Amino acid sequence: MAQPSLTETGASAGHSPSLDPNASDVIRVLRDDGTLDPATDPKLSDDAVVALFQHMVFVRVLDERLVTLQRQGRIGFHIGSLGEEAAILGSAFAMRSQDWLFPCYREFGAALWRGMTLQSYIDNMFGNAGDPAHGRQMPDHYTARAAKFGSISSPIGTQITQGAGFAWAAKIKRDDLVALVYFGEGATSSNEFHNGLNFAGVFKTPNVFFCRNNGWAISVPVERQTASETFAGKGVAYGVPGVRCDGNDLFAVIKATRDAVAHAASGKGPVLIEALTYRLSGHSTSDDPKAYRKDEVVEAWKQRDPLVRLRKYLDGRSLWSDALQSELESKVDAEIKTAVAVAEKKPQPSLESMFDDVFAELPWHLKEQRAQLLAGVRAKGH
Amino acid sequence: MTQMNMVQAINSALRHEMKRDDRVVVLGEDVGKVGGVFRVTQGLFDEFGDDRVIDTPLSEGGIIGCAIGMALYGLVPVPEIQFSDFIFPAYDQIVSELAKFRYRSGGEYPSKLVIRTPVGGGIRGGHYHSQSPESLFIHVAGLKVVCPSNPHDAKGLLLASIRDPDPVLFFEPKRIYRAAKGDVPDEDYTVPIGKAAISREGKHVTMIAWGAMLYEALAAADQAAEQGVDCEVIDLRTLWPVDIDTIIESVKKTGRVVVVHEAPKTCGFGAELIALINEKAFLHLEAPPVRVTGFDTPFPYTLENEYLPLAHRILPAVLETARY
Repeated sequence: MAQPSLTETGASAGHSPSLDPNASDVIRVLRDDGTLDPATDPKLSDDAVVALFQHMVFVRVLDERLVTLQRQGRIGFHIGSLGEEAAILGSAFAMRSQDWLFPCYREFGAALWRGMTLQSYIDNMFGNAGDPAHGRQMPDHYTARAAKFGSISSPIGTQITQGAGFAWAAKIKRDDLVALVYFGEGATSSNEFHNGLNFAGVFKTPNVFFCRNNGWAISVPVERQTASETFAGKGVAYGVPGVRCDGNDLFAVIKATRDAVAHAASGKGPVLIEALTYRLSGHSTSDDPKAYRKDEVVEAWKQRDPLVRLRKYLDGRSLWSDALQSELESKVDAEIKTAVAVAEKKPQPSLESMFDDVFAELPWHLKEQRAQLLAGVRAKGH
Repeated sequence: MTQMNMVQAINSALRHEMKRDDRVVVLGEDVGKVGGVFRVTQGLFDEFGDDRVIDTPLSEGGIIGCAIGMALYGLVPVPEIQFSDFIFPAYDQIVSELAKFRYRSGGEYPSKLVIRTPVGGGIRGGHYHSQSPESLFIHVAGLKVVCPSNPHDAKGLLLASIRDPDPVLFFEPKRIYRAAKGDVPDEDYTVPIGKAAISREGKHVTMIAWGAMLYEALAAADQAAEQGVDCEVIDLRTLWPVDIDTIIESVKKTGRVVVVHEAPKTCGFGAELIALINEKAFLHLEAPPVRVTGFDTPFPYTLENEYLPLAHRILPAVLETARY
């Protein structure tokens, strides 16, 4: 039987960036039969693989639950990672405890893996008084400094230059630290990608630039982002080596990221990783992908679902079972329900807090405006 | 005390603070070996080395984006943008990132830099070496904006800016880089952010100016005095948060206001100043507040002295306001 097409257009190589994870340069570990290629196997303990799988299930269930909450009108927005869990969790797992992550906006799984509490995250989804961002940003724009996880903004690619500067400062201070920067393939078209990789290349900063090539920037496919054959190849002009890995293969992502961390930490400079994955959902809850892409391509990628593939590995080694799966899903669902119930009972941030943190101290004009707001008429619902 | 010009005073402030605080780093185009195109960073490379005085690739967005990352790490970067006309590739990083980090992260990630950049015309630099974009930054929540007019204030304000917890746009009026001279203390001192100075006391008309145009306002005040009009001239020094108390106190005394700035008139900072004066001192006004500013055109090369609000254009506005 012919392999179903994993690319939207089927355009020939050389005219369109390849999304084919079976291309010869792509790092792969997990075979279709659920076994590992010993040549590239990052040799994880069974406990580590099970923990990562459990977290991927947690992130998947959370994603689905948040979409439901948005459809019910209980939260305003969600931007998820359906289908990209291996790329996100594998890369976060491969970082050392002293290393930092500079997120795009789709990596809540990495923040939770690194210690952001579920309650913090759910509080951010509701923008309540418990939200670490104090209700000042839309859902999925949280902050988790204790998890060595950066602050999230919506403008594309700005974290790339910032992550380069952060790692550069660590190098100046002679600290052993690597900063990994997440972004989508669409961000490789932004000024910031070029600025960030150029500075990182020139100053040999300890960075891992992790490009989640998920095929789509909202409705715009990869061939509209670049005429390069690969996104990893876009590092060449900046002297930044690029590697590609199967982004739906947890082991391949860990292998590629660990190697890149070792390279960056040894003073050899940054690495650009392109993880080939696929955004199975819309861009966000505000998007309807049926308007611009073919169901059969999505179906083909569902066959390569990173959770399904990892489950096959676990089954082959008798590390998991249907009973454990349903037990986990029930537990996760209960945790999420509790966190949502708690978040919905928390009050909104105070009116006064709107004016805090614009500056370290409140200047006269903000004091004046705060007094006007407090003395004035409340908006509907307040 | 040492007699210095603006360039020497700013250089002295950088050297002083880099010695005092090893988190302070300078980065930008040509700031290293050559010491900057205006020589403001001269000698710092030899003294502090290339880890702290860094020649960068030619990309303002890269300079500011990386400086923000350095600040998040705990350094105190003082990036230089070679001319404020070239700051716009970094505008997104300044406006959407630098200015918002503390707020959007609930206080977890204060990101503080001092962006030094030469501003203003009068050096025959044409449109791309002469503009005054201050109001584009004053309008942005989360930024402080400073513009000194003399060496003493330049050093004291730069030291205050580097020690301030918030991001600061530090505009250096390049027309008076070498022309403005004065005594500068050798010892540690700061000029507080948010405090204006009264450069000349008077009772008939309040003139508000800053940077290089302060001297034009003072010249116009001298000429007005010959015709019996006694002007008070306020040097704002900090544009935002502006010293509203000093302005309002003066306007309540004089009842008449002339604001002078190089930037185009429409939505220039003068518009905001006059709106504030109307809100807070309307019943004290004896005449409509007046703006003497650059025109709403690109900054012209050959006719720059016609574009700039020099004393010959300020004087008639002052006299008309006084006699209204």
